[in-house]
Amino acid sequence: METPFWLWLIEGPFWLIAATIFVLGVGWRLVSLLALGRRRDLSVPRGSAAGGALRAILLHFIPHGGFFSSTTFHVLTGYLFHLALFALLLFAAPHVTFLEKNVLGFAWPAMPRWAFIVTAELAFAGLILLWARRISDPVQRQITDGGDHAQLWLTFAVMLTGCLALEEASLALRGLHMVMVELWLIYFPFSRLMHAFTWALSRGAMGATFGRRGVMP
Amino acid sequence: MSATTAAAGAPAMGGARAKEQAKGGIAPAIEALKGKIDSTVAAQLEACIHCGQCAEACHFYLTSGDPRLTPRHKLVPLETVYRRHMAPFSGLARMFALAPADLTRADLEAWAELLYDSCTLCGRCTVVCPMGIDIASLVRLSRAALVAADLVPESMQAAADRAVAQGSPLITEEVMRRVCAAQEKETGIRVPIDKQGAEYMVALSAMEYLNFYEVIGALARIFKAAGIDWTIASKGFEATNIGYQMGSDAIARTLVSRIVDAAHDLGVKYVVSPECGHAYTALNWEGPNMVGRPFDFEVVHILELLDRLVREGRIRLAPDETRRVTYHDPCQISRRGGVIEEPRHLLRALGANFVEMKRHGVANICCGGGGGVSAVTRAEERRIAAFACKKAQIDELGGIEGLVTACANCRNVLEEAIDAWDMELPVLGLTELVAEHLVDEAPAEEAGAPAGAA
Repeated sequence: METPFWLWLIEGPFWLIAATIFVLGVGWRLVSLLALGRRRDLSVPRGSAAGGALRAILLHFIPHGGFFSSTTFHVLTGYLFHLALFALLLFAAPHVTFLEKNVLGFAWPAMPRWAFIVTAELAFAGLILLWARRISDPVQRQITDGGDHAQLWLTFAVMLTGCLALEEASLALRGLHMVMVELWLIYFPFSRLMHAFTWALSRGAMGATFGRRGVMP
Repeated sequence: MSATTAAAGAPAMGGARAKEQAKGGIAPAIEALKGKIDSTVAAQLEACIHCGQCAEACHFYLTSGDPRLTPRHKLVPLETVYRRHMAPFSGLARMFALAPADLTRADLEAWAELLYDSCTLCGRCTVVCPMGIDIASLVRLSRAALVAADLVPESMQAAADRAVAQGSPLITEEVMRRVCAAQEKETGIRVPIDKQGAEYMVALSAMEYLNFYEVIGALARIFKAAGIDWTIASKGFEATNIGYQMGSDAIARTLVSRIVDAAHDLGVKYVVSPECGHAYTALNWEGPNMVGRPFDFEVVHILELLDRLVREGRIRLAPDETRRVTYHDPCQISRRGGVIEEPRHLLRALGANFVEMKRHGVANICCGGGGGVSAVTRAEERRIAAFACKKAQIDELGGIEGLVTACANCRNVLEEAIDAWDMELPVLGLTELVAEHLVDEAPAEEAGAPAGAA
């Protein structure tokens, strides 16, 4: 079947533009952030800054200090959503094909259809639970802003249109999914979605400070 | 929240922003915050996902249920300045009216209560934060804006003024000499002041000179038993640093410089940081950065020193403490200072029936009065209420006969709270406890000359 012009536009030039904005935007944001510099710490270290950074990066994957029980909801829903999302991103059959054709030039085994459906349901469950908490918990409501909602709904739209396009029965649905992905990529560098990169910088900076002090909060 | 603010992704700030006319008045505060933002601060602000888990670690939130006291919410002024002025693409955001509205004096007035009265800089929120954000440090940096805007709580500002003028927020040099002389008389051991060439210089906290002065006699006994050559410096006798707590770089530098200069003038090898939490952070971890050069002496915390003396056999302790005790970790010494095992070694050496609270060490709950909160008179009710978290920890153990700690401020705050909560529980200073269990003490020398004539 010949690809209609509008779909070629979406999957061709628009995809390139969105991917370029994503790559350059993320790069610019990270470089700008690091360019702010960090003062040299003149205190006498008790431990290693590098070791502390690495330890903090690993340690904060799971709540420590006895906080697991009070953060169970966040931990479970957070991991549920993120792990399922990454699984879909990397192993959904259309994604593998798309990445092979447009980005990487090679493929890997994709997940079967039943696994896609289960994983997508888990991802939706995680995202919806995180959203429900965000709008119902007084603490989260206090600190939530428009950006939090925007990124959540945009991600939701990407996932929903992805599911609608799964059968690849409709070019319009495929095109709609690609448009949502491109909007998501363009929005990414300007939003808190950047936490996908800054988490390591944040943990690492804290870990370096306290690693020198020989302790890890 | 204005539409602009919402669109730009900055949480709402209360107050009459529309009525804010005099932008010039807020400029120093904005500049103060801009001066604090480096790549670490930026990375931490960028990484926050607004999950609110930090609230689960905050004794002020846990005891009030007030979401405004969520640690992350306290950072809104800092985040506002970052997003409007310094974040990548902030110029673009301003151009398209997507940046948050600029900080106003009304904002800072509203946040003074959150930044000064409702955060002890204990850093427990960092433990729970999935992004590892050091919120306590960011709160302390944020206080610089309140200093620039002249919004420091009156009682704290007064303490800072006294510290600058008389060398300590609570006492004068004359009082220090009188207290030392009294302890000389009490113990029969000299308390050297301004002894040139002494190996160790001890700086104590105002609360120790004023309320817990027995620690001076305890140190004299311990150091005599260990054969340590020590002194107190008349020009640097105060270890606390209210400037560090209030967020004033200038005052913090002035106060730490007194210790640095006194140590240099006396030619000591070591400066002993006392049983005071933030004094240790301000001197050991931030002091060299404040004065802009490494020290020409080594800072040693009193707990590290005592532990070393025991391990090296320079002092021996009678393991005959029979009370069932627990240890309250001062946040700046343990979670943020790394001195966690030393006090536990000492307690075990005393033979105490030592039991740990369920959450201790890096996860310990603050006394409620650290980070300068105890110097904020208007925060007293909130501070006493926050003790409920600590009380629950203690009650859970049951049958505790002594609450040992190693921070005079914690000790004072805990005693006040214990009293307010109608509890019966002695709060014990670890250094004094060690001195009480010394064995093989050399006979007391004649104090002879008055303090200060060493």
